Amino acid sequence: MADAKVVKIRKIAAAKTMRKLMADHFYELDQAAKEGQPKVAWCTSVGPAELLRAMGFVVYFPENHGAMLGASRIATEAIPAANAIGYSPDACSYMTSDIGAFLQNRTPLSDAYDGITAIPRPDVLVYNTNQCRDVQDWFSWYGDHWKKPVIGISCYRGVGDVTEVHVNGIAGQIEALVDPLEAVSGTKLDIDRLRETVRLSRQCSDLWKEVLETAATRPAPLTFFDSTIHMAPAVVLRGTQLAIDYYNELLAELKTRIADRVAAVESERTRLYWEGMPVWGRLRDLATQFLELQTCVVASTYANSWIFTDLDPADPFRSMARAYTKLFIVRTDPVKERYLSDMIDFFGVDGIVFHDAKTCPNNTNCHHGMPQRIADRLDVPWITISGDLNDLRCYSDEQARTQIEAFAEQLATP
Amino acid sequence: MSSDASNHSLGLDVGAAATKAVLLNPDGVLARAVRKSGAHFASAASACLEETTAASGIRLENIQSIVATGYGRRNVDFATTAITEITCHARGCYETFPHAITIVDIGGQDNKVISVTDTGDRRNFKMNRKCAAGTGAFIEEIAGRLDTPIEQLDNLARSATGNLELGSFCTVFAKTELLSLIAHGTPLPEIVKAAFRSVVKRIIEMDPLAGRMVMTGGVIAHNTSIVDLVTEAIGREVLVPKHPQFTGAYGAALLGLES
Repeated sequence: MADAKVVKIRKIAAAKTMRKLMADHFYELDQAAKEGQPKVAWCTSVGPAELLRAMGFVVYFPENHGAMLGASRIATEAIPAANAIGYSPDACSYMTSDIGAFLQNRTPLSDAYDGITAIPRPDVLVYNTNQCRDVQDWFSWYGDHWKKPVIGISCYRGVGDVTEVHVNGIAGQIEALVDPLEAVSGTKLDIDRLRETVRLSRQCSDLWKEVLETAATRPAPLTFFDSTIHMAPAVVLRGTQLAIDYYNELLAELKTRIADRVAAVESERTRLYWEGMPVWGRLRDLATQFLELQTCVVASTYANSWIFTDLDPADPFRSMARAYTKLFIVRTDPVKERYLSDMIDFFGVDGIVFHDAKTCPNNTNCHHGMPQRIADRLDVPWITISGDLNDLRCYSDEQARTQIEAFAEQLATP
Repeated sequence: MSSDASNHSLGLDVGAAATKAVLLNPDGVLARAVRKSGAHFASAASACLEETTAASGIRLENIQSIVATGYGRRNVDFATTAITEITCHARGCYETFPHAITIVDIGGQDNKVISVTDTGDRRNFKMNRKCAAGTGAFIEEIAGRLDTPIEQLDNLARSATGNLELGSFCTVFAKTELLSLIAHGTPLPEIVKAAFRSVVKRIIEMDPLAGRMVMTGGVIAHNTSIVDLVTEAIGREVLVPKHPQFTGAYGAALLGLES
């Protein structure tokens, strides 16, 4: 067959700044873990990072490390080690790959950063179960291993309207973390410092939202695959000026792209929404395939999940509670469907790719008829890709490739 | 459309189990060929090309379009284009049944349900999950476990009188269930029919299968009793094209002619 046109992923210049930020982040953590000061707190990706940062902790996010394990494809080699000690192949593959890699004394950090040989040992581990119950099990394994306190927030699930009951419940749990955290850090919480951290976090969130919304432009200046990379500061550095500076730089670059009509996907003809987790070990393959198909995945629930427009420095505890309860992942299906409907309209989406992630039911939304309901109501076509975030044993390259290609053929038909 | 010396199109469906070819021109189909795909997709495709050109007397230079489809579609270096089997099956079926139809294709490695509108546009499609339960690969596994030539399965299933069912979803577990049936002395035809029912269950749980339903694929071509079991399960007629195994190749050839 005549060779298809060779396509290249258009690079984002700001990535250089991000790489430096991430390097500094991991070196800071590594140094703190080695020297014992400042104290290291592990935090789930949508955990109370603002509180931890305001109390002087340097904050490490194991889910970020999980994504690195997936993207580096260490995960598939590491997961069996966790399976062997009783963590099921059906359990969260961030957790199993992270624990497995630890058992194998491996981390992608040591490949990326000279001198770092291990993940940073925690002084305290703080979870919010808004992602799943697995994060609590995950942190508990390390807590037991290092004999460190594991504390956290148990979230509500199936939340329709976010009410004062929800907000009071979660805010109370966040406030209850202060005493044990003070015991670890040895310092008292400074409420003004918390307000300032929440202010910075909100500003980061607003900029990240603006970054993602640039993809509403035709052609879109960035793709979902770009956003999975560039979301890192919004996850691990929210609450710092560094993240704000970074997103100002990235936003300026994307605005220039828009002004110059520079497309992330050359000759963009179809626009898709990605619902569910990324397939970290196949990001590049998928990004390239969509480029070849002149199809831009313009938006995703996943990248949007680090937008917290409810954060309010005037009311830090309650606004954190509200922001972390308004998350897509903990809401009812009707709320999720209204949200997806808004996204489809805003981004001008032609179709939806649902990722059925084998080990991540909480981030999988095609198990209870949602694709069919959305298609019936909005006449938006969809496909479901079977796969996983980290465990490539659950992913069939050829089947996914065929489905995506067939979907693009379907949508390209006038 | 009118035929001229070069107005020929070849569709090559390089599937997981078999490679199928259909050579046609605007007047109709001139030749068909089928080979096992084996470990060399390109070789199987070349063999099908040679067979169809030899059978029809059409020279390669007079074939204006060669459309490859199926899992090995990118391995056919002499193809002019590659199109997925989902699009090709839809096109091939609609040519035979020009109505709104729901197509069920049971292939060697995967099952597809494709919804086509009354104007021939594809509305939707689904593929089985990564698991091969209910596909041709499942039937091959069962034949191996029963130590029975695969081509004898259909007649065996037809001779069964009972209504045994397998409960397991998973192919491996289903094979374990077969062991249990064998251990209990269950007659071979009943076991085969139970395995075929398992294929049917995997199909009907993929989609509501609304409207006119068409079945295609090599599994159907060689095991027509599965069509009867589907008919029984859904309670209405199931349409089958005359050459169900060649539907993808036929659609590919038609798309080539139209390009």
